[in-house]
Amino acid sequence: MRALGSRGRYALSVLLLVALWAAAAHVAASPTLPGPGAVAAAMAAETASGQLPHHLGVTLLRVAAAFTLALSIGTAIGVLMGRSRTVDDLLGPWLLLTLNVPALVVIVLAYVWMGLTEAAAITAVSINKIPNVVVLVREGARAADEKLFQMARAYRMGRWETLRHVLFPQLQPYLLAASRSGLALIWKIVLVVELLGRSDGVGFQIHLFFQLFDITRLLAYTLAFVAVAQLIEMAVLTPVETHVRRWRVARSDA
Amino acid sequence: MSAAGASPVLTLEIAEKRFASATGEVVAIRGLSFQVGAGESVALFGPSGCGKTTTLNIVAGLDTRFEGRLHFPGAPDGPALGCVFQEPRLLPWRTLEQNVELALPPARRGAGTGAAWLERMGLAEAAGRYPDAVSVGMQRRAALARAFAVEPELLLLDEPFVSLDAALAARLRRLLASMLAERPCAVLLVTHDLREAIELADRILFLSPSPARVVAEVAVPGRRSERTEGQVEAFRRSLLERAEPVFRAIG
Repeated sequence: MRALGSRGRYALSVLLLVALWAAAAHVAASPTLPGPGAVAAAMAAETASGQLPHHLGVTLLRVAAAFTLALSIGTAIGVLMGRSRTVDDLLGPWLLLTLNVPALVVIVLAYVWMGLTEAAAITAVSINKIPNVVVLVREGARAADEKLFQMARAYRMGRWETLRHVLFPQLQPYLLAASRSGLALIWKIVLVVELLGRSDGVGFQIHLFFQLFDITRLLAYTLAFVAVAQLIEMAVLTPVETHVRRWRVARSDA
Repeated sequence: MSAAGASPVLTLEIAEKRFASATGEVVAIRGLSFQVGAGESVALFGPSGCGKTTTLNIVAGLDTRFEGRLHFPGAPDGPALGCVFQEPRLLPWRTLEQNVELALPPARRGAGTGAAWLERMGLAEAAGRYPDAVSVGMQRRAALARAFAVEPELLLLDEPFVSLDAALAARLRRLLASMLAERPCAVLLVTHDLREAIELADRILFLSPSPARVVAEVAVPGRRSERTEGQVEAFRRSLLERAEPVFRAIG
C-alpha cells in the first residue's frame, strides 16, 4: 500500500467504492439502485442536453453567493466577539439561538417573510451557516497571541494593519476549516432551499426526479456536484492552504 | 546624583499600580519615579516579579491603568519608540524584512530601510527568510534591527537577552552597544543581570521587591562604548561589596 503513494491510494479507494456499488446494483437488479454505468450514461445525456450544466451552474452560483456572505459576515462577527468581551456577552445569546434553530425553520421563515425570491433563498442559506463561522473564528481570535498584539501597539501599527498582519494570519487555519465545512453544509442547505421555493437548480431537479422515481438521474446530479466540490477542493482550497502555510514549511526545514 | 540633564526624554511617576488577582487586588508598584535624559541609558535592576516589565509596559503605552503620570517633555504625542521584548516577537508569517518594514510609520516604508538595518545587523542574506527558518540569534538581531529602524528617541529593552546561552547573549550585547554608539538614543533597560546593567547603562536604578520603588541609584563611571570587560567586572565586584545592604534588601 505504501508503494502506491498518496494519489495511488486515493484512486484505489475510489475504484473500490465504484466496484462495491456495481456489485450491489448487480445483486439488487432493481430500478431503485442503478449501477455506475447507467448513472454515467445519464450524466452524459443530461450534460449533452444542457440540463445538467444549467441546473448545476445555478446551484453553484447560489452556493458561491451564500458562501461569500456567510464567511465575510461570520468572520467580522467572530473577530469582534473573540476580541471584545462586551460584544461577546451581548451577542452570545443570539449566537446560541441561531446555532440551534433548525435550518428548515430558517428557510421557511425566510420564504414567508421575504417571498419566494432569490434573495430569500441566499439569505436563508447564509443565516444557517453564519453561526458556525462565528464559532470557529471567535475561537481563533481568542487563541491569537497577545504578545504580538502588544508588539503591534508598541510600534503603533494601525488598527487595519494589525488586523491584516497580526490577526488574520493567525485566523487562517480557522478560516480554512470554516471554508471546508462551509462548502459541504451550504451545498446541502441550498438543495433544500431549491426544493422548497425555487424553479431551477440541482435541488429542484432532485425533487422532480423523486416524483418521477428516477433514481438514475438523481444519482447523476448528486455525483456531478460531488465531483465539482472535489474540484474546488483541489483547484482552490488546497493551493490556498499551501500558500498561507508557506512560512510553516520553513519551520520544518529549520 | 541624577544624570538626567536639563531635557529629559521621559518622566515617569507611578503613585500606584494594582493588579487584580485571584485573592483580590495586589499592589505591584508604589511610589516609583524616575527620569531618562536625552541620550542617557538607564537600567532598572531588580528581582524577578518586582514590576519591571509592568513599568516598561506603562512607558510603552501598553498599560494605561495606573495612578500617576507618564510624560514625554519633548514630544507630547510620545517619542519614536523602539522596543525589544524578552522574546523576539517577530510575525512568523512575514519575512525578516517585512517584519522590520511593518514597524515603520507607513510613510517611511518601501525605501529599503528594513533591508539596510538587517544588513547592518549582519542579516543581509536572511532578509527574505521567515523567522522560524533562521536561528535564535538571528531572530534576536532582527528584533534589534526593527527597534533601530524606527529611529527611536527612546529604546525600551525588556531583558532582551534573557534565556540565551551566555556566549550568544554577550555577542548580542556587544552588537547592541556598538549600534547605540553609532546611533545614540535614550535607553530604558530592564534586567536582573547586573553585568548587563553595568555594560549597557549610564545609571542603574535598584528596585525593591514588589511593590516596586527605587531603593538605590548608582552612576556607572566612564563612557559606555569604552568600557572593557575587566572594568565591567571590577565595577560589579565593587558594587556588590559597597551595596550589600541594598542587595540584602532587594533579595
